[in-house]
Amino acid sequence: MEKRLLTREQIAKRIAHDLQDGDVVNIGIGIPVLVSNYVAPDAEIVYHSEQGVLGMGKKAKPGEEDPDLVNASKEPVTLVPGGSYSHSSDSFGMARGKHIDVAILGGMQVSEKGDLANWKVKGAKLGSIGGAMDIAIGAKKVVIAMTHTSKNGEIKIVKNLDYPVTALRCVNRIYTDLAVIDVTRDGLMLKEIAPGFTVEDVQKVTEPPLIVSEDIKEIQI
Amino acid sequence: MINKIYHSMDEAVADITDGSTILFGGFGGAGVAYELILALYSQGAKKIIGVSNNPGYHEEGIAKLIFHDRLSKLVCSFPNNKQSYVFIEKYNQGKIDMELLPQGTLAERIRAGGVGIEAFFTPTGAGTEVAVGKEEREFNGVPCILEKAIRGDYAFIKAKKADRWGNLVYNKSGRNFNPLMAMAGRITIAEVDEIVEVGELDPETIVTPGIFVQRVVKRSGL
Repeated sequence: MEKRLLTREQIAKRIAHDLQDGDVVNIGIGIPVLVSNYVAPDAEIVYHSEQGVLGMGKKAKPGEEDPDLVNASKEPVTLVPGGSYSHSSDSFGMARGKHIDVAILGGMQVSEKGDLANWKVKGAKLGSIGGAMDIAIGAKKVVIAMTHTSKNGEIKIVKNLDYPVTALRCVNRIYTDLAVIDVTRDGLMLKEIAPGFTVEDVQKVTEPPLIVSEDIKEIQI
Repeated sequence: MINKIYHSMDEAVADITDGSTILFGGFGGAGVAYELILALYSQGAKKIIGVSNNPGYHEEGIAKLIFHDRLSKLVCSFPNNKQSYVFIEKYNQGKIDMELLPQGTLAERIRAGGVGIEAFFTPTGAGTEVAVGKEEREFNGVPCILEKAIRGDYAFIKAKKADRWGNLVYNKSGRNFNPLMAMAGRITIAEVDEIVEVGELDPETIVTPGIFVQRVVKRSGL
């Protein structure tokens, strides 16, 4: 069978499949932004965006843009009926106070304990923290959307982080172009694999030993 | 579809168990969820730890719960008021414990609970009876004490309008502790005068976004 890594859109679609009607979801920049395009149309998902928007809607159409209504990537967006605005302290209070059901974040490295690095490249002098640390520590569930390895083929799912830490023991699930992996108390559990790949293929590019789920399956895309 | 609307006060408080901590909004009689409190009285839960600025006036509001020995402890700022004779008598009889706090500290500790700040330093109360047993430290030459977050298993909120998402707006100074307690309640129940359609409340005027509210019930007004 042909081996097919997931595209960014397919990773987003796979994540969208796990969102529940009524979830309050924070979406970071990168792949996470794509997730809202794939949510079931009848599900009411409330998108939280760190700059103080709860109930963020689609991107604003040309002519509808308001420079004061933007997403976390500073692009013009809309508000859905029922949405509201808050100041930055309340907005991060929603995150830190465990009111957000799911945060979908990008990742540079994730450790087998669920430690996350996503704000500064190893060895770099400068990085941007922005909302990453508050959201990673505060959301009820943190899921990561990323490529399984870096562009240069470096392993990103590791035993111990060697990139600067965003938050310790915060990640619940990792969605990559190759696999869906849960962080469990016993270690990383491989749940799903991209079409055509084997457990061995995934293990080869994952540093910690993987526990293979009893109901392991191919990622449905 | 998100629908946080409950059809009766009784239904909204049915799962409250003995020993729960409940945050009661209100300043004196303003912004008190009287109907929820009455429903809790009928429901029967005991050994409640209450957090409320006042202990209730006459035999109304939480004073009714206190009169019937349903609160084991009250965290408050203003208990010694002529109209709060029910609490004063029970306290003097040793039938209820109390933690007395400055009002601003009470508000901020509740806010801290809601926003995931575990503790903070404040100058209020340093060098006073309130500081007993609390860590003291100086910042910028200002003596401060360490105050810890307060959270509730439940919060009883009184608001003017809500929608099915749980977005709330308040009425005048009935707002007081309510938005803070809404954030700090694990299950926040809002008693409201009116329920409107989603999208009807002006996003700029929503004081409590629905993320902080789990249940909404319309007052019967009886």
